[in-house]
Amino acid sequence: MARGKRPPITEAWRGITFTRRALLVGGAQAVVGAALAARMAYISIVDNDRYVLESESNRVNLTLIPPRRGWIVDRNGKALANNRVSLRLDIIPDRLQKRERILGQLQTLLRLDGDTMERINRDLTAASGFQPVAVKEDMTEAEYASILVRLPDLPGIAPQRGFARYYPTGAAVGHLIGYVGTPNAEEYKRDRDPLYITPGYKIGKDGLEKYFQPMLKGKPGARRVEVTARGRIVRDLDTQPDVQGKTVHLTIDADLQEYAARRMGRESGAAIIMDCLTGDILAFISMPCFDPNSLSDGISNNEYSWLRADDHQPLINKATRGLYPPGSTLKPMVAIAAVENGVDPSERHTCVGGYRLGSRFFRCLGTHGSIDMPTAIEKSCNSYFYWLAHRLGYDAIAPTAKLLGLGEEFQLAGSNQRYGTIPDSAWKMRRFNQPWSASDSLNAVIGQGYVSVNPLQLAVMTARMVSGRRLYPRLVNRQFANEPLPFSAEALAVARAGMDRVVNGAGTAVRSRLPLDGITMGGKTGTAQVRGLASGSRGQSGAWKYRDHGLFVCFAPVENPRYAASVVIEHGMGGSRAAAPIAKDIFTFLYDRQKAMEALETLEAGWGGTIKERMDRDYAAWKAGAASDPNPELPR
Amino acid sequence: MIVVPPAIQRIPWKLIALLTAIVGFGILVLYSAAGGNWSPWASQQSLRFVVFLTIALVIGRFPLRVFEEHAYLAYIGVVVLLVAVEVLGFVGGGSQRWLNLGFMNLQPSELMKVAIVLALARFYALLPPGNNRSWTALWPALVMIGIPVAMVMLQPDLGTALSICIGGIVVMFVAGLPFWWFGGTVIAGAAALPVLFSFLHDYQQKRILIFLDPESDPLGAGYHISQSKIAIGSGGIGGKGFLNGSQSHLDYLPEGHTDFIFSTMAEEWGLIGGLALMFGFFLLLRWGTRVALKARTRFGQLTATGLTMTIFFYIAVNLMMVMGLAPVVGIPLPLFSYGGSSMLTIMTCVGIILAIENDSKTGTRRFH
Repeated sequence: MARGKRPPITEAWRGITFTRRALLVGGAQAVVGAALAARMAYISIVDNDRYVLESESNRVNLTLIPPRRGWIVDRNGKALANNRVSLRLDIIPDRLQKRERILGQLQTLLRLDGDTMERINRDLTAASGFQPVAVKEDMTEAEYASILVRLPDLPGIAPQRGFARYYPTGAAVGHLIGYVGTPNAEEYKRDRDPLYITPGYKIGKDGLEKYFQPMLKGKPGARRVEVTARGRIVRDLDTQPDVQGKTVHLTIDADLQEYAARRMGRESGAAIIMDCLTGDILAFISMPCFDPNSLSDGISNNEYSWLRADDHQPLINKATRGLYPPGSTLKPMVAIAAVENGVDPSERHTCVGGYRLGSRFFRCLGTHGSIDMPTAIEKSCNSYFYWLAHRLGYDAIAPTAKLLGLGEEFQLAGSNQRYGTIPDSAWKMRRFNQPWSASDSLNAVIGQGYVSVNPLQLAVMTARMVSGRRLYPRLVNRQFANEPLPFSAEALAVARAGMDRVVNGAGTAVRSRLPLDGITMGGKTGTAQVRGLASGSRGQSGAWKYRDHGLFVCFAPVENPRYAASVVIEHGMGGSRAAAPIAKDIFTFLYDRQKAMEALETLEAGWGGTIKERMDRDYAAWKAGAASDPNPELPR
Repeated sequence: MIVVPPAIQRIPWKLIALLTAIVGFGILVLYSAAGGNWSPWASQQSLRFVVFLTIALVIGRFPLRVFEEHAYLAYIGVVVLLVAVEVLGFVGGGSQRWLNLGFMNLQPSELMKVAIVLALARFYALLPPGNNRSWTALWPALVMIGIPVAMVMLQPDLGTALSICIGGIVVMFVAGLPFWWFGGTVIAGAAALPVLFSFLHDYQQKRILIFLDPESDPLGAGYHISQSKIAIGSGGIGGKGFLNGSQSHLDYLPEGHTDFIFSTMAEEWGLIGGLALMFGFFLLLRWGTRVALKARTRFGQLTATGLTMTIFFYIAVNLMMVMGLAPVVGIPLPLFSYGGSSMLTIMTCVGIILAIENDSKTGTRRFH
């Protein structure tokens, strides 16, 4: 704009300019004002839903109440797993003030040790916001009360009356029921359940607790509270109670379960007791066992190391995960196979202390002379069965073994099974690319060599042999066809008669005859070598872990079988010595509890108390030993 | 017909009603913000309003001449006070904005908002029309704005410094300085923005950055803006109802009785309350603009426009801040927020505009 073209500035011009510009300023103000009004309308109308939600989530703090877990009860409604009141204390990190002072106070009040303080400090540093950090579970009433009275001076401290899982019989049900535990990060990532990060909430980690988790878990309750920005609770809005999980009814007999577990004593092994009419598992034992109460409450590193260090392997479920050479316990099964394959049970074979196969001589434990089939079972004569195996071949026997449940994986709730091997020629070709040999048959027929089974299979085999039906083991009321097995009555009768004579005749387990009037037990012992015969040792002495396993399968009453059982004692040195007496007492308990309890109490006095007393003492001793160990193994 | 005595007629009843409505509404909100209590804010604010309204009415009766003749003196006085604050602050260690007069804390930067408008209006009223496009029309004004702005920035108080700038620049604008000077300044200012940004204090820079992206720091400095928007947005059209605002009552909204009082109000009264309040402010600003247009003297014109702009700037920046359109600069909402300093400034502005209005009724228009 050139200077010359401008109009001269006069007062009138200035007045007009002022009016124009003042209106322009006013107009600009009006535009800004309108824009602000529009902006406000946008926030409060268009974005209203979103901000109402945010305002509510500011205002309302939702606390989940962990649901009470469903009970697990036995066939008579007796609790195997229930809930007990648990007084717990948590810290809400966001509300914690003067951390050092409050933690110091808690340490004094609850007498927390250094390890616990370290864990709390670590958790607090890692935790964020309102996610609580556990200080102590299972406080005593006195401790709880001492916190409650000081609560106004302890901001961020949240005492809670909740529930914790309780297993009344402790270690007796560990491997059967499993245990519960706080969900780990992986499980939280998988399920994305906000309940998982609620303190005090636990999920099934193993066994039936894990298998029935969906049934047992229940529905959480919720407590809605109004909170200020600084986290002070203004008032309770509402509380929705939790819904307890459903009860799971098992086929287990709790009393029998506990008795059998106690009767196992200090041995390492497994026992299964089944109902021969239905396939119900009445007791499911693997000992020694961890105490599921300890694992559910959050086991200490020390205690876990102790369990892991034990050579009796309390963390392994031997009833379904332990595989053993069954030894002679398979002889009644072989008898059935032989009769089915046309062998006359009255046909005699002469035992000369062994059996010659080509250049090799397979030993028998005795020299039994001329014997028939039932006598061979009674005396557990290896020669007789070597002779049968050589004559029939194991391919003729293996199908019977499989029909009776050996090598089979069962549909059993909550169990994790290793189902072992029933070998035949096709299996060997597949596995080792070698043809089956006659000596393989001889080894297999006495339950050695390639044969391996678990204790549950042995119990099922016995139940199927004495019932003549294809029973399936079950822990809950689950329907199976249980159709009759394709065996002749004669074959089954031979096996049963042989097993009768093992206990009640002149067999290998006569010392374990039932001390009852009118009720007799049939059975078959087994002694399985841990080391091959070639090692020169007979496994009857020496280091514990090289001793022979003792096995026993049995049923009662002989005339009308109702119960079947298997007992496996690791390194027990012999079926008649280690396993059969336990089976005898367990069966006695089924018919005469008082007599059985008397026998048990005498034994326990010798062992040094009940399971719990012994475990506590062993742990204390181990801890005293481990304390001096400069480098204890800490598995977690 | 009832004869109303002239003395009564001369009292600006409509203006008093408007101010009372706005402040009264504010007092209701303060009552609610205190959880349904008159103390500590609502009663104090009521008392203060009565005092300041009286002062404004008294100022309104002064002849306009008095302001015109003492404009420079007032400006120099306030600059001295600003220096005094700086010196005291330096002695006391750390920044200081207050002068303790014993009975109240005086914030000289607040007075400067009025003084700068008066001084510049005086300057341009005296400036011969022919000099309007010359250098002499510009540099004294820039110096007059620059000195107090520099001192306020030292405090540091970005909001007040901006307010002083805007008041001064609007006076320059309506005084008729060439249009392209302003356009050029805007463009140059935009270009210099990054440089200016680097002069700001860390916390001021942070506020601006967070304003640009409030979600980047929802629990820190962005918390103010987020919570304010939640309060306004959750109020919806009709609001949550009187005394029912959870954001303010549960302390989620910071400064709910001062800078963020609009959010407190909007949560309980909704869009309707917000629009009603904005309409009240609109009436007040329209009155100021009309007085400016009808003013009898050039000094009156310029002063009324500048003071109206000062009031507007307060309102606009505060509302933009609470709605997330401006960084958190700490400017209260005039007549609504709890606090004496801002009410004193606004009521002084109102009083002077009232004096200009009274002046325009006394005689013919003259511009010299």
